[in-house]
Amino acid sequence: MTYSNAYTPPRKSATFDDYALAEIRRAAATGIYDIRGAGAKRKLPHFDDLLFLGASISRYPLEGYREKCETSVVVGSRFAKKPIHLKIPVTIAGMSFGALSGNAKEALGRGATIAGTTTTTGDGGMTDEERDHSQTLVYQYLPSRYGMNPRDLRRADAIEVVVGQGAKPGGGGMLLGQKITDRVAEMRTLPKGIDQRSACRHPDWTGPDDLEIKIQELREITDWEKPIYVKIGGSRPYYDTALAVKAGADVVVVDGMQGGTAATQDVFIEHVGIPTLACIRPAVQALQELGVHREVQLIVSGGIRSGADVAKALALGVDAVAIGTAALVALGDNDPRWEEEYQKLNTTAGAYDDWHEGKDPAGITTQDPELSKRIDPIAAGRRLANFLKVMTLEAQTIARACGKNHLHNLEPEDLCALTIEAAAMARVPIAGTNWFPGKNDSQGALR
Amino acid sequence: MIVGLLFISSEILLMPTFDLASTSLRDLNRALHQIPDGANDLNFNVINPRGSHSVAVGVDKPIVVEIHGSVGYYCAGMNNGGIVTVHGSAGPGVAENMMSGSVFVEGDASQYAGATGRGGLLVVKGNAASRCGISMKGIDIVVHGDIGHMSAFMGQSGNLVALGGAGDALGDSIYEARLFVRGKVKSLGSDCVEKEMRREHIKILSKLLERGGVKGVKAEEFTRYGSARKLYNFHIDNAEAY
Repeated sequence: MTYSNAYTPPRKSATFDDYALAEIRRAAATGIYDIRGAGAKRKLPHFDDLLFLGASISRYPLEGYREKCETSVVVGSRFAKKPIHLKIPVTIAGMSFGALSGNAKEALGRGATIAGTTTTTGDGGMTDEERDHSQTLVYQYLPSRYGMNPRDLRRADAIEVVVGQGAKPGGGGMLLGQKITDRVAEMRTLPKGIDQRSACRHPDWTGPDDLEIKIQELREITDWEKPIYVKIGGSRPYYDTALAVKAGADVVVVDGMQGGTAATQDVFIEHVGIPTLACIRPAVQALQELGVHREVQLIVSGGIRSGADVAKALALGVDAVAIGTAALVALGDNDPRWEEEYQKLNTTAGAYDDWHEGKDPAGITTQDPELSKRIDPIAAGRRLANFLKVMTLEAQTIARACGKNHLHNLEPEDLCALTIEAAAMARVPIAGTNWFPGKNDSQGALR
Repeated sequence: MIVGLLFISSEILLMPTFDLASTSLRDLNRALHQIPDGANDLNFNVINPRGSHSVAVGVDKPIVVEIHGSVGYYCAGMNNGGIVTVHGSAGPGVAENMMSGSVFVEGDASQYAGATGRGGLLVVKGNAASRCGISMKGIDIVVHGDIGHMSAFMGQSGNLVALGGAGDALGDSIYEARLFVRGKVKSLGSDCVEKEMRREHIKILSKLLERGGVKGVKAEEFTRYGSARKLYNFHIDNAEAY
């Protein structure tokens, strides 16, 4: 006698899932690892795993649309003569001309300027277009030193010494030959069409003691006017933050593994570094222990998508955040309107990440002049400004609900966590409890 | 702050002098940055540098700076048109990212001499340590003695000349920089190969030797090294080279 349900259905391995199998086949067929743009795509503990505790009997809220909730931030006041005044605590992260089209860079500058915040150059130097369209521009000082020159240092509003980035802490940059046009090649002093490796280490300093001397040199060249940021990829945020402070940084930028890149190995993006959420409390702790929290500002980036993310980051002690991928989406990246063309590239809107190939249908991660025309820098800049405004309004809404008259008054006590992992990383209690992993009971009960 | 006149070799040099024993580095560099166009005083002395870092950085006028003593890191960093002479030895990163002008080091230079330099001439009368000309992008470097390991690493453009020998991994991952070495090269780095010295190279090198104050040495005594250009575009079959 047989039973109709006496059948063991095919069972796919959780370890060898469809993606893992496809990757093995792809590697076997091509002989090269997968290179792509963007940040980590795997599911990670993130700001979604935190919730705000709105006002109740013990806390009273502020009236929306009536009672003021400030958003401005001053960064770079530790040593620089001319600190940066941000109207909102959301900045635009470094992205290069080369990785992005000229129109996209211009749009970032326009949007940031309307919103009253900074935009940032990238690996490849400063273009006149982005300088002209960015009221406040941060100039990255990178290991490759592509395009580096004293004129641009002096016409920048701040200097960001890039030690690493969240997508690839410990790794250098990569701009493949297909994006190396005449202009990009000239800016980088390299032949057209070759794969450009941006070095993973700075050529003329190693270690924190050297970094201190390097920062001094940059200050001397710019007569101590410009704030000096130090950007690190999220891996050892406590020690790296402390060392950056020791080296004399005005601002520390910590980029978690969800932070995007123009191109690097998928294995690097997904397996090196730690989540943004895990970076914040150790970095803040380092600042607090050194007595410089709020004196040395902390900017965090990597997967910031909304005003809720902004508010949560600020509540954990951050002074401002930076957005990259979200800004590109606001400009038009991965827009479903280009779905037909994404399909031709064997992908779909929302998943397109072959930014290194230069075929971006949205005209953003490309140097193709025809594709670049698809992005109108004025309209795209307006969209970015709208997005920044909405993020700010959202963060203010949450802050008022928590009774705060400045976004910076948000605090860890305003938060709880939904998962043990998030509770451990953010060091806030699991919802409905007064406990988080690692909490010492002697610190007192939740109030 | 200019502190006075300097007596050298029994001559009174009517050159404004900065004494770093009593003047801050910040005042020195700011003064050098603030020289107006058309100024008469274009020659400056710096005394008592005592290993200070960042001496005469960011110079962007065709001024002459004579530094009497040894300096620390990044002396003449990002020099753009100045003629800076170190009458002593220089620490790491001398003339880093130089744009134009000249930097002369009478003694030895430490690591990263001329790193990422985009133009101008760096002359080291003694030896240069490791990573001389690292990531060079157009600078010309003439070293009268030896150069250390990993020199011209990822060198993109410009010329590096060593009258002595070179350490390990010369020109590793080099792009289009030209390397001329008179002495023994301990080893070549990835994608760096010996190349033919053609007439054009003899001409370039002869000019560099002249500008570098080298006498009694012929360009024909040197060997040229440069990129095999095999690693310009990634190919998995070259993975062993990385």
